[in-house]
Amino acid sequence: MSRANAGRGPCTVPFGQFVAREHAAGRLVVQPRMGFGAPAAMRAGLLATRHAAATTVGTLTLDSYTRVGDTAAAVKSLADGVPLNGYPIVAHGSEVTRAVLAGIQGADFPVQVRHGSARPQDIVATLVAAGLDATEGGPVSYCLPYSRTPLREAVGHWVRASSQLAALHDVGAVPHLETFGGCMLGQLCPPSMLVAISVLEAMFFAQQGIRSVSLSYAQQTSAGQDEEAVRALRRLAGELLPGLDWHVVVYAYMGVYPRTPAGACRLLAAAARLAVRSGAARLIVKTVAEAHRIPTIDENVAALELAARVAAGTARPAAEPGRPDPDTGIYQEASALVEAVLELGERLADSLPAAFALGHLDIPYCLHPDNAGRVTSYIDEDGRLQWSEVGALPIRPPSSGVRGRRATAAGLVAALSHVERKFDRSRLDRAGIR
Amino acid sequence: MPHIEVSRTAPKATVVISGTASDSHTWNLVYLQLLIQELGHAVVNLGSCVPDGLLVAECRQRQPDLVVISSVNGHGFNDGLRLAALLSSQPELADTALVIGGKLGTDGLRSVGWQRRLLDAGFDRVFDGGDLAAFLTYLDRFAGRLAS
Repeated sequence: MSRANAGRGPCTVPFGQFVAREHAAGRLVVQPRMGFGAPAAMRAGLLATRHAAATTVGTLTLDSYTRVGDTAAAVKSLADGVPLNGYPIVAHGSEVTRAVLAGIQGADFPVQVRHGSARPQDIVATLVAAGLDATEGGPVSYCLPYSRTPLREAVGHWVRASSQLAALHDVGAVPHLETFGGCMLGQLCPPSMLVAISVLEAMFFAQQGIRSVSLSYAQQTSAGQDEEAVRALRRLAGELLPGLDWHVVVYAYMGVYPRTPAGACRLLAAAARLAVRSGAARLIVKTVAEAHRIPTIDENVAALELAARVAAGTARPAAEPGRPDPDTGIYQEASALVEAVLELGERLADSLPAAFALGHLDIPYCLHPDNAGRVTSYIDEDGRLQWSEVGALPIRPPSSGVRGRRATAAGLVAALSHVERKFDRSRLDRAGIR
Repeated sequence: MPHIEVSRTAPKATVVISGTASDSHTWNLVYLQLLIQELGHAVVNLGSCVPDGLLVAECRQRQPDLVVISSVNGHGFNDGLRLAALLSSQPELADTALVIGGKLGTDGLRSVGWQRRLLDAGFDRVFDGGDLAAFLTYLDRFAGRLAS
């Protein structure tokens, strides 16, 4: 492939191509969620990521004001010296961002913008002007959990933003979009729904002309269940994204994080093993500081290097397919959810909002006005995430024994902190402290 | 989790729970809703990323006894200052108590200076660091005051 970059800043290898190359070479690509308000700190963070003892890609994680489109608040915070929780790319603009990236972003170090916006056109315009072409999100995953924007409106914004990005094909780039659909509130969303939303968002991106995508899946409560889910995700992607460049990216746990450094490291190590065993190509890490504050550069680098060491020491699965998987029906459920949406119309910009309106897609505990809110979930005695109420989802309801459980504050806290307790406690157990 | 005994005769307060415009976190809001409901109060949960205008409009319309702002994205101090000024300047909300809590700064450190500024701006209480026990004690006393 020619690396034409007419007027597009530094010569870079396409994001998807870089990850595919490293995956083929047997290396897991690891990536931080790192963002700082000041350009100098952001540049130092990217440099440290690049020089980490790991196969890395860089991240510009944006701040919350930019995410909700409040550039004025980001500008004012910069002026007043108020610390931001990420890099305000629109407030800084493309020239400052080019300077941040200069000499760092390159053939062996692609950089992705992570933002969380339901209305990402300004962000996409700025990142393109800054010579970048990789970002993430999705019409559902950055709307329902992260905004009050009506879903149909968010879909319209994402049609335009994806098309903006797809236009980079005209100048010889291969823009890349990652679905955030494998996260959906971070915890307590059963894996089949995460898989379905991730696949549907990838298909949505493809319908806007994007040819290189990644499909996310966020680590949940059970290693075995997660492995089955990532395999289901890869199988569905293979079936439904013909002709596209795609890979799977695993997110280290996105819920309530262990408070002890040892617990946090063990959870990250489990995520790295999950990524390798399930055939994912990339992992987004979390740090030991996650439960407490925005992590430092050093904490990010330590997390990247730990994940890389664990990944290098984890055996890949034997040749697939044909490998007998434990099958608890995640693929079947996810497939049924995707089918139910496609039956409402091939054009996902229409059928995704329609599916939510009908409750054919429904996210547990999501407070967004466009979410039906008729489904609930729980963690079973084996630590697996299960449906307790399926509402109008086109899947088999659970046995009567688990239905109608009423959510309580104590029950919710227990479920939300299930992973934290499991990983923090094992340290105390080992130390003999109970 | 701290357990606070609440008088069974406590009347139902109307409580509005809201995230800030820049904060996408939901679990803190879902949890607070269940917790406050279980104590017998009526809860209106506005969810995450609530624009300032919507929060003000909902509060003016509902005239709740208490508004609970929860923020965990690190912008809570800054966003809280703005919301306190907005809400405390509404004549309809003269009798409404206003509290904020969560992880209010980016550095994980409690800042006495910022807490003071939030109180001066119009909050009745600030629960930095997500001090739940203090919040529950506050809520119990608050409900008791409504009863008397």
